[in-house]
Amino acid sequence: MGILEDQQARIDQLGGIGCGRKRKEDARFIQGKGNYVDDVKLPGMLHADFVRSPYGHARIKSIDTSKALALPGVRAVLTAKDLAPLKLHWMPTLAGDVQAVLADEKVGFQYQEVAFVVADDRYIAADAVDLVKVEYEELPSITDPFHSMDPDAPVIRPDLDGKDTGAHGKRKHYNHIFTWEVGDKAETDRVFETAPVTVKEQIWYPRNHGMPLETCGSVASFDKVNGELKVWVTSQAPHVVRTVVSLLSGLDESKVHVVAPDIGGGFGVKVGVYPGYVCSIVASIVLGKPVKWIEDRVEHLAATAFGRDYHMTGELAADADGRIQAARFYVLADHGAFDSCADPTKWPAGFFNICTGSYDIKAAHVTVDGVYTNKTPGGVSYRCSFRVTEGSYVIERMIDVLAQKMGLDKAEIRLRNFIKPEQFPYQSALGWEYDSGSYEAGLRKVMEVCDYAALRREQEEKRKRGELMGIGLSTFTEIVGAGPTKICDILGVGMFDSCEIRIHPTGSAIARFGTKDQGQSHRTTYAQILATEVGIPSESIMIEEGDTDTAPYGLGTYGSRSTPTAGAAAARAGRKIRAKAQKIAAHLLEVAEDDLEWDIDRFVVKGVPDQAKTMKEIAWAAYNRTPPGLEPGLEAVEYYDPPNMTYPSGAYLCVVDIDRHTGEVKVRRFYALDDCGTRINPMVIDGQIHGGLTEAFAVAMGQELPYDKAGNLLGASLLDYFVPTAVETPRYETDFTVTPSPHHPIGAKGVGESPHVGGVSAFSNAVIDAFAHAGVTHLNMPYKSSTVWKTIHTLNLDQRA
Amino acid sequence: MSEQQTVGFTVNGERHTVSVPTRELLVHTLRERLHLTGTHIGCDSSHCGACTVDLNGRSVKSCTVLTVQAQNAEVLTVEGLAGPDGLHPLQEGFREEHGLQCGFCTPGMLVRAYRFLQENPDPDEDQIRTGMAGNLCRCTGYQNIVKAIRYAAEKQTAGSV
Ligand code: FES
Ligand code: FES
Repeated sequence: MGILEDQQARIDQLGGIGCGRKRKEDARFIQGKGNYVDDVKLPGMLHADFVRSPYGHARIKSIDTSKALALPGVRAVLTAKDLAPLKLHWMPTLAGDVQAVLADEKVGFQYQEVAFVVADDRYIAADAVDLVKVEYEELPSITDPFHSMDPDAPVIRPDLDGKDTGAHGKRKHYNHIFTWEVGDKAETDRVFETAPVTVKEQIWYPRNHGMPLETCGSVASFDKVNGELKVWVTSQAPHVVRTVVSLLSGLDESKVHVVAPDIGGGFGVKVGVYPGYVCSIVASIVLGKPVKWIEDRVEHLAATAFGRDYHMTGELAADADGRIQAARFYVLADHGAFDSCADPTKWPAGFFNICTGSYDIKAAHVTVDGVYTNKTPGGVSYRCSFRVTEGSYVIERMIDVLAQKMGLDKAEIRLRNFIKPEQFPYQSALGWEYDSGSYEAGLRKVMEVCDYAALRREQEEKRKRGELMGIGLSTFTEIVGAGPTKICDILGVGMFDSCEIRIHPTGSAIARFGTKDQGQSHRTTYAQILATEVGIPSESIMIEEGDTDTAPYGLGTYGSRSTPTAGAAAARAGRKIRAKAQKIAAHLLEVAEDDLEWDIDRFVVKGVPDQAKTMKEIAWAAYNRTPPGLEPGLEAVEYYDPPNMTYPSGAYLCVVDIDRHTGEVKVRRFYALDDCGTRINPMVIDGQIHGGLTEAFAVAMGQELPYDKAGNLLGASLLDYFVPTAVETPRYETDFTVTPSPHHPIGAKGVGESPHVGGVSAFSNAVIDAFAHAGVTHLNMPYKSSTVWKTIHTLNLDQRA
Repeated sequence: MSEQQTVGFTVNGERHTVSVPTRELLVHTLRERLHLTGTHIGCDSSHCGACTVDLNGRSVKSCTVLTVQAQNAEVLTVEGLAGPDGLHPLQEGFREEHGLQCGFCTPGMLVRAYRFLQENPDPDEDQIRTGMAGNLCRCTGYQNIVKAIRYAAEKQTAGSV
């Protein structure tokens, strides 16, 4: 039986899964009524600013705060000495290391936090920063991770002296953090020895920064009378912040109130806990006044985390037809002066072992060595799930390298190696169970729509004329939705997520979640999931997140985990509501529960369509006519522990033209086909894809945080750090296939990061493809005109006829 | 310390007189003294445009304007865009075309687009991109912002015939 007209009308009225409803978030933002952390203003609030190290590596000989303290309006200047009695001068990192909150006798990176100045307003605080006199003795810096483990390398972390075991096992040098290995080494090595074809490439994924438009900040307010602390903070994971603050401060977790209000973008940068948060809290406790700390852009880029910085050696072994038999990867990971990676606790290199990608590779092995350097700590994800971009990038690059070596077309080699639909659930050689995927269908669709064959012909023609054109493919698989609590936790808290829903008597509802939106449109899309599940229009469902007093505990929003975890919790909480509603409906209609069936927004007596109770009617009855033995009310809570990750995928095609006299790369076409399983809101999905692709474009074309040998960070302001404007940003075409996740309650997989993960490879592969005929197999990002021009010039490709 | 100065100016049609240190930036006066927190701060180098306001008929980055420079000026911020009849066509366009995500760049985008459409009421896509190049967005990839501005241009042109 098809859907009746009346049913379609009711579906439309719900605004549930699949519709492109406009966003609930927008009304406030377009009228300037957002409420971001810097908008929080409390009576008597003080402002804070940091004194930061000008050196990459130095001993602190003395700190003289007297001049600063003498300045009218200055309330306090905190140094490590002041925090030490509270045991707050160091804090644990999510990666099992410790990080100095304020530099303790020495600094390990430029811009490191040395003293915290608190004053009546931000201008006075800035003045006072200049009046704090710090005497340093400069030490030699290490900025090249390949020299971190030299026998005579400077000691970056004297505090770890004598500790030859770290959080992830044995350390083989005082500047070594961990070695992480996965896969079957013996088998992989064996295949490599006998394989007809092998390729090897050194690939660097440069250090960069997610750089949300809003920097990080916090407002801490300690209520001395009640011993309670309230903190507004730019956090993607406010519940975790509450737990950390409670552990660090010794305050009861019930007396710590953490609020993540509106967040102006996060992209992974706002997962961690930063010294500024801790210092504002301590200052508020000490001074008994609210203290606001908001970093400026340079501080954000220079001191608050970073992304990537993976030096990767990729190797593939293949048979004579280009079928990959084995993959071997070695990574030297530059973690900076402290290991402050924000990965699930047991995963020091995140889920880098997704690096066999979309391909059926039977043997693989990965080794990652993490080392200290005199650089900013971090290693947070930049719009990707825990080192997934790095893993995806290395395989998408290497398969191109293999194609080139074998003289195979870059699409053809992918088609030969894809995991086939009938192989799902697929066990990867590096330990994952891929849930579902339709890789070949996706790529074939893209090739057809973009006429791939014609593009290759055009490239051939252009090459004859000396023109540079590149075609980049990326057929990536992501791993998101961390995660099953049996393998994923953060500081011991399992990575579930949650939804709590209450249906009010008159049939509207409020639902709260443990995640935290930073632009992903949760208020819009969670309501759609619930609308479909409980039969109440999404317009009548309020969504709230971010206030740890009211929202159920959850691990937050990053790693594209919201839809796979909290989205699933929404569906299951909705189903609990429906189960209770069914009991109430049966009571009202005086039939057995089994005689009822669900029909969009109501329960209907089977075969008697006019005998029905709508959810609205049931909601009212839940508060006055529940059947005997059933408690009143209509509420449900779900803490969802996913059985597996989800594995979104996509096929991207990028065409670039490169000016051989200026090195300028122009993106002529970008076609992005994504498969994120069930699509909740196509408008929102497209928006996520546009944004992720633009960040990928930025990474490929210009973003880097370079250091000189002395440890100076060259380029931590928007004068240097590349953020594309509307002018440089390419236009995108989007498309999709739908391969639902079999284990997710509504089949959704998550999409926020796919365009970034897949996009970087597509841009990069396109640029390198433009030089393939000249024998180039790899060029490191970023592809700024100046570096591209150098390549052209070195290869003699800029000759005028 | 810098000395105080009294500055009178009009913001969103309302007259204000403030006494500010001469070094105070307009963005801080707006946000902290007048509680108009719609105007945001995203950088310290005039690059991001989150702080864009309209000053005497021109788009300016209020993080790089001293409040004392706004003596007797007419200032428009995002809070002043909607009229008595409801949302400005640009505000409508941003919502209809999904021109925002985290919303942090949005006030600056809207106020810049407001001035841009007066400079060029019927722009094509390239002109919009160039006209908006002073405003960064990290979330949307601009494609829907361009559409949102086209939406408003069409609505305003239709309204004026
Ligand atoms: S705050 Fe970035 S331009 Fe003014
Ligand atoms: S919507 Fe987030 S920066 Fe533009």
